[in-house]
Amino acid sequence: MLAPVKTSIGKKAIMGVTGVLLVLFVLGHMTGNLLIFAGRDAINEYARFLHEAGHGALIWVARLGLLAVFVTHMSLAFILRAENRMARPVRYVVEDTVQASWASRNMMLTGIVMLLFLIYHIAHFTLGATDPATFKGAFEPRGEQKLEDVYQMVVKGFQQPVVAGLYLLAQLALCVHLWHGAGSWMQSLGLNRGKLRQTSRLVGPVIALAVLAGNTLIVLACLLGIVTV
Amino acid sequence: MNFTLHVWRQKDRNSPGKMEAIPAKNILPDMSFLEMLDIVNDDLMAQGKAPISFDHDCREGICGSCSLVINGRPHGPTRGTTCQTYMRHFKDGEAIYIEPWRAKAFPVICDLVTDRSAFDRIIQSGGYVSVNTGGAVDGNTLPIGKDTAELAMDTSACIGCGACVAACKNASAMLFVAAKVSHLGLLPQGQPERSSRALAMVNTMDKEGFGNCTNQYECEAVCPKEISADWISRLNRDYIAAAGSPGE
Repeated sequence: MLAPVKTSIGKKAIMGVTGVLLVLFVLGHMTGNLLIFAGRDAINEYARFLHEAGHGALIWVARLGLLAVFVTHMSLAFILRAENRMARPVRYVVEDTVQASWASRNMMLTGIVMLLFLIYHIAHFTLGATDPATFKGAFEPRGEQKLEDVYQMVVKGFQQPVVAGLYLLAQLALCVHLWHGAGSWMQSLGLNRGKLRQTSRLVGPVIALAVLAGNTLIVLACLLGIVTV
Repeated sequence: MNFTLHVWRQKDRNSPGKMEAIPAKNILPDMSFLEMLDIVNDDLMAQGKAPISFDHDCREGICGSCSLVINGRPHGPTRGTTCQTYMRHFKDGEAIYIEPWRAKAFPVICDLVTDRSAFDRIIQSGGYVSVNTGGAVDGNTLPIGKDTAELAMDTSACIGCGACVAACKNASAMLFVAAKVSHLGLLPQGQPERSSRALAMVNTMDKEGFGNCTNQYECEAVCPKEISADWISRLNRDYIAAAGSPGE
């Protein structure tokens, strides 16, 4: 039953499916975070909804699901990479590239940059380990309702140029990764046929640029003082 | 025209190889790349040195034997086979790097000659249709639409040269397997074994030590028969459908 999964096409199909799930997460994450432009209450309500949905169980289902998807995607990347290296034990003295994009040739590099960023990002905004002074507004109760101030945490976080710089760098890596990956799954899952491949070649770049625009907008708006506490 | 060739020299399968600089003198622009190598080999033999070993057969672009990576590109700067590459495509005095196909599944036998029998084993594992023997079938008893026939013809154009493997950053044989699986899978005669063919040929491909496709399409860019990477998508589709279907 598991045999087809272990073949080259099987592994690539899983890479594609997990990739799509991660792209959907990235899009959802960005859309939610853009609520920062709708004001303090909007994003804080959204954050509270995420934490309280399903009596607080849903967020853990989502987190564990994401972790499983992420670990699968990442481990397969290392396995595929190792196999691909082994398939050409002697490299060319002169190597030429005709049409493979820089993005497609550096998926491992951009992936590792994002992995490191992800560790920092969780430490920063989920655990509050790197910047406890601004973490969720240091749990300031707002009025009678005890509402964590995610808005303030984000704004104060991105007002620091070094922090903002790290986030912008990670967005660049994400953009390059998606440039290839966010469209490549269509080929891996065999969805490209006829003229569709010409269109599907645009899917990656379009998603990549949309995510880059949306996410950097949040960081830049805080850094440049357009969105303030 | 004069050139400096940098050629991979390797005595046999087990010896280590290295690049060697060899001059190519008095070459005419309208000589093919292989004719240029013939001249160089005449010179080498006149000096009592071992000639450069390289694969070639028809020299008219249809057999798929010639197999050199020239300046990092399989079959050289033009989209065609090495035998159809002419010296006028190079600059006088240019340094030309000539290497064999590089893949674990294509071990070097001598100099620029590689063992491409891995492709034969992939074909043996499923690249056929089973037909009953007996009286010959009347012509045109099995009508095939013009569009289908043309598509099958496009894929059957594959000459199995292995340039797709040589160009692929991962030494993947997906374009070759895709062409062969699609060629038979498009035609009615190929339908009964369509699923088992896709499974068997992909399994053999993996077993031979080819890499995994990362959808970079270097293969289609160098294919002398201009086979599209769209066929890889079709192979993926066929394989996933076959692997997911009961009884396989």
